[in-house]
Amino acid sequence: MTPGDGRTGSAVGRPLRRIDARGKVTGETLFADDLSLPGMLHLKLVRASLPHARILGVETAAARGMEGVRAILTGADFLVPFGILPVSQDEHALCVGKVRFVGDPVAAVVADDELSAEEAAALVEVRYEPLATIASPEEALSTPEPRIHDYGDGGNVHKAVALDFGDVPAALAGADRVFEDLFFYQGNTHLAMEQHATLAYVDPDGLLTIASSTQTPHYLHRAAARVLGLPPARIRVLAPPQGGGFGGKTDPFNHEIVAARAALLTGRPVKIALTREEVFLCHRGRHPVLMRMRTGIDRSGRILGHSVETLLDGGAYGSYGVASTFYTGALETVTYRMDRYRFRGCRTFTNKPPCGPKRGHGTPQPRFGLEVQIDKICEQIGRDPAEWRIENATQPDTLTANWLEIRTTGLVRCLEAVVAASGWRERRGKLGRGRGLGIASSAYMCGAGLPIYFNDMPHSGVQLLLDRGGGVTAFCGSTEVGQGSDNVLALLVAEVLGLLPSDVKVVTGDTSLAPVDLGSYSSRVTLMMGNAAVDAASRARERLAAAAATRLEIPAERVGFGGGKLFDVSDPSRSIVFAQAVQLAEAAGGTVGTTGSYRPPTPKARFKGGGVGPSPAYSYSAAVVEVAVDEATGVVRVVKVWIAHDIGRALNPVAVRGQVEGSVYMGLGEVLMEEQAFCRLPPRLSSALVHRGPSMLDYKSPTSLDMPAVETILVENPEPNGPFGAKEVGQGPLLPIPPAVANAVHDAVGVRVDESPVTPEKVLAALRDPSRRFGPTTFPEVPWPEPVRVAPPWEGKP
Amino acid sequence: MSPAGPVPEHGPRARSRISLIVNTQPRELLVDPWKTLLELLREDLGLTGTKHGCELGECGACAVLLDGDLALSCLVPAVECDGRHVTTVEGLRDGPELHPLQAAFADHGATQCGYCTPGMLVAARWVLDRNPSATREEIAEALSGQLCRCTGYLQIYEAVESAARVLRGEPPSPPRLPAADRSVPDDAR
Amino acid sequence: MMRLPRFRYLAPRTLPELTAVLADVGPDAALLAGGTDLLPSMKRRQETPAALVGLRTVPELRARSGDAIAGLTLGATTRLCELAGDGAVTGAWPALARAASLVGSPPLRNVGTLGGNLCLDTRCTYWNQTHAWRKSIGFCLKKDGDTCWVAPGSTRCWAVSSSDTAPVLCALGAEVTLASRTGERRIPVPDLFADDGIRHLTKARGEVLAAIHLPSPRPDERSVYLKLRRREAIDFPVLGVAARVRLGSGGVVEAARIFLGGVGSRPQEATAAAAFLLGRRLTDEETVTEAARLAAQVAKPLQNTDFALGWRKGAAREYVGRALRELARPR
Repeated sequence: MTPGDGRTGSAVGRPLRRIDARGKVTGETLFADDLSLPGMLHLKLVRASLPHARILGVETAAARGMEGVRAILTGADFLVPFGILPVSQDEHALCVGKVRFVGDPVAAVVADDELSAEEAAALVEVRYEPLATIASPEEALSTPEPRIHDYGDGGNVHKAVALDFGDVPAALAGADRVFEDLFFYQGNTHLAMEQHATLAYVDPDGLLTIASSTQTPHYLHRAAARVLGLPPARIRVLAPPQGGGFGGKTDPFNHEIVAARAALLTGRPVKIALTREEVFLCHRGRHPVLMRMRTGIDRSGRILGHSVETLLDGGAYGSYGVASTFYTGALETVTYRMDRYRFRGCRTFTNKPPCGPKRGHGTPQPRFGLEVQIDKICEQIGRDPAEWRIENATQPDTLTANWLEIRTTGLVRCLEAVVAASGWRERRGKLGRGRGLGIASSAYMCGAGLPIYFNDMPHSGVQLLLDRGGGVTAFCGSTEVGQGSDNVLALLVAEVLGLLPSDVKVVTGDTSLAPVDLGSYSSRVTLMMGNAAVDAASRARERLAAAAATRLEIPAERVGFGGGKLFDVSDPSRSIVFAQAVQLAEAAGGTVGTTGSYRPPTPKARFKGGGVGPSPAYSYSAAVVEVAVDEATGVVRVVKVWIAHDIGRALNPVAVRGQVEGSVYMGLGEVLMEEQAFCRLPPRLSSALVHRGPSMLDYKSPTSLDMPAVETILVENPEPNGPFGAKEVGQGPLLPIPPAVANAVHDAVGVRVDESPVTPEKVLAALRDPSRRFGPTTFPEVPWPEPVRVAPPWEGKP
Repeated sequence: MSPAGPVPEHGPRARSRISLIVNTQPRELLVDPWKTLLELLREDLGLTGTKHGCELGECGACAVLLDGDLALSCLVPAVECDGRHVTTVEGLRDGPELHPLQAAFADHGATQCGYCTPGMLVAARWVLDRNPSATREEIAEALSGQLCRCTGYLQIYEAVESAARVLRGEPPSPPRLPAADRSVPDDAR
Repeated sequence: MMRLPRFRYLAPRTLPELTAVLADVGPDAALLAGGTDLLPSMKRRQETPAALVGLRTVPELRARSGDAIAGLTLGATTRLCELAGDGAVTGAWPALARAASLVGSPPLRNVGTLGGNLCLDTRCTYWNQTHAWRKSIGFCLKKDGDTCWVAPGSTRCWAVSSSDTAPVLCALGAEVTLASRTGERRIPVPDLFADDGIRHLTKARGEVLAAIHLPSPRPDERSVYLKLRRREAIDFPVLGVAARVRLGSGGVVEAARIFLGGVGSRPQEATAAAAFLLGRRLTDEETVTEAARLAAQVAKPLQNTDFALGWRKGAAREYVGRALRELARPR
């Protein structure tokens, strides 16, 4: 499909109401915890109270004797491990042998009501033999024993990777100037408003049904089949609309599998609804990352060599961690030209809730480092940081040093747009004491180029059914997590068929009724599901056009679609209504059902580790942030944000704006106040290692009164690989916000806070320190593996 | 003057009968004293439009109107609702037509995942009930107990302002569009 | 979903009935006003009272009498939202209206009461957590444990007074009436608080806080409240600065009281700072700086709230200065 093909103008680019908006504003949309069935039982998990310990015994007799208790499960019921990545099958639905963090589930109680289940769960006694606890990556490196897991790259290193794209040390040696900086990006969590919930039941046909708040029903389907030992065809996973995901619901979770087993065991529907604290324990959020960046430039400011080392605090399980590790290096090359690039990444296990993918997956951390370092470089060499970025921006139809293929890029236009809108050139440096402007830019993928487990099948499939009444139903395994996935599906089908999005009914998030879509992650839905939808709709359009052509006695090429009609483009008054076209097509060729699918192009990167980073397209963003810094307290107030996003084409500008501003919001939360932080008590008194504040009160998500004004600008430059030119918007616009804030703080008061969040304490400490800086000062010795050496495209073949 | 009879007591073993008006409908129920209004609405009355995000009064997702005042149903014991009026998101509209706030939320992109939406709508109704011409600042203040992780709040404000216009008899404002840069790109293919 | 533990609920209909019930039910009862403090604690199983005694059916606790000239008496279950909209309060005691309007969030202020906010349980990072969380640290001195994790050598609990209205009512010279079966007593608000994180109120178990009395302000009196917290809503104060001054001719301070909230187990009075201000002018920046320095000395924050310890101490000085400058501003 090339852009422009099959456009009818009926849906793309119009600010139409989302198809799912009505259900959401009336309260009729049913989220997972809104589902209930007659005879439903309730499940509560018993979670580890120790951060690292062998399980010596689980005493359940007292709980079993409680009124209303129907079943109790332990690790013995779940001996088969699972995990999202094939290389990290390291979780058990209930712990077997040992617990690895406070909150690891050990047992489960099923009872008539939730309060009874909770009361009985409190009576389950677990006997432990405590083990030494690892609280940080530094400790993990210096404490190889005891190992948290018995796999990985040795000791408590989960994964260590090394990639060299050209000889960076030589490039730095030959550079005019070399800059070295250390950065730290704190961990934070998704905090979707909806807490995870699952309802599992055996339907009247004997099919085990798991309705769950999951962004990846397909992967849950695979994991559940594996752990429960059932053929996948005997399991149906439903993903109802979710109250936000942001990556927090992309792993298969222990509670989902336990609920399923409990439903099989009791023969009754079983519901589990996690508390907010439990959601913090599920986590899979942003990895805390320590970074060392070295960049060598020539006299003109061009980057000759760039080196990134990252040290990730992975928490207690693998999750997406191997991918996350690669992502802390993969997209470093996509925004600015760099001749050579060197990446080292290491993820360690620690006795804390596992980290995973959160909006931007692994890339906001090094993006923070890179964008702040560039600000420092520009300051040192006397360049305007906006001009430097414009001058050094990567170009369309080029390869990066690590073989990523950039097709369209609107980076320069994004930069120019925010520079103009914010009055950067006129206002910067003239705002008075305590006020400042900062700039940053970024790029993100439109879907991962490779699937999580290797296969040759499509990443997304769409089936269309056109009925005699003119109804169109689109079936796709995609999941609506709030981003507007369902609306994109309906909108694209409608565009091709000349209908309104509201004319298209969608059936999504159902592994039995719809073809596979890999899920709502990696910003893949608009591009991948979108292309599959356009593919399916185009086939339907061909059949309808042929039928209409016969009736109108014109060539099929002259059949136009629009306004619910098929018409002669040379004489629009000659037309038939859509339903009639379907009937004619059905009479001519049988049931009008079509399929479409999408598989991304084969990546150019053909080396070990090259599977992370390639994408059919990259979106670009740039932001200018204005801050006011109170020098007496260090309090930073964001006054305004100007953000431009290279969307390719906005399918729905109102929805796109919402994604941009939501990303800005989340980026501001991360850089100003949010922290998934832990507390270790004095080791001589206690081995406790606990989440510092697993609540909506202690985890600081900005309120309405903390949100500044935002001016959003969309840069439209259609991407050939995107449906009607569209690129992603769900994640990319978050990326420039944290570094732009840090750079603005520097512009305002002249100090560098080289770590997130940029809190008043850190700003004030930097103001009082002679170095005028707050941030990490050391990077530990890491046993890097032998690097994979790949010449950059301009130095040779991969 | 003192009331007759023993002090009214509920539970712990016997449930209590309460009657209340939910979305203008009189309801009579037996409740345990430890049940909150949130649980009563969602579990006893099947009104799952009211959501929950923390059950501790920290997020605003469970907000309802209690005797016309914005309140968090997760922190109200159901037994204390005897004789009172409760309005939930389901009670905003009467019939198939959306309430102007609901229509505005749908049109202005004020609902993404939709999970904070019921509480947000109820809070918006509360502020406009008291002040039909609320300013942007007053709206932001009134909604400051309602966390939203999706929108960044700005499209919500615009929706409330547009609905306020409709409620005052003025035409709604169209959804605000982002500035679009479609100029011939320097980096066009 | 977090749920309340099982309990029985009592609904007394008069103040005598209430005090009688309290005496009968004994220590296993908890008073339920707005519930915005108690119910979360119960859901976290910090408190598991066998009985809740509801106050909303007791009309005496909602009574309001007097005015700005004679002094105002507010029933303890006066809701926080009512103070901001009460012309007498906003006119005569603006610092109280301000403090009340900064508590939590709008829906919490719509049900939360003035009496409840005064009696707010002390808060601590190691205390305001679920039972499972507290179990994983071996509990703490405040309940079920024997170590104060804020100060492990300590024999006392350092949980923090986190009420917005308490320091204001202290500074305003307000009093409260405590009622019990045996009668009533009226005490200055500062005397309601004990310097202990566990037994933070001097109110006896059988007593109920019935009313708050605001003394009539003199025309030359000014009051202010400043609140420090991470977010602009929802959060408890990490610091509250309440100050009241009487300015004589030429703006000379004739009387002053300054209380800090959020920095100890009770509102801390900055007596040295207040004494220093007497006879001086708030328009004099050196006076303000020195008073702020003196006031901050009573702030003894520990690492058991939001924000880093050292920063909070500095912030106390800064915020006291700002409060005093606000009082000096011509109106």
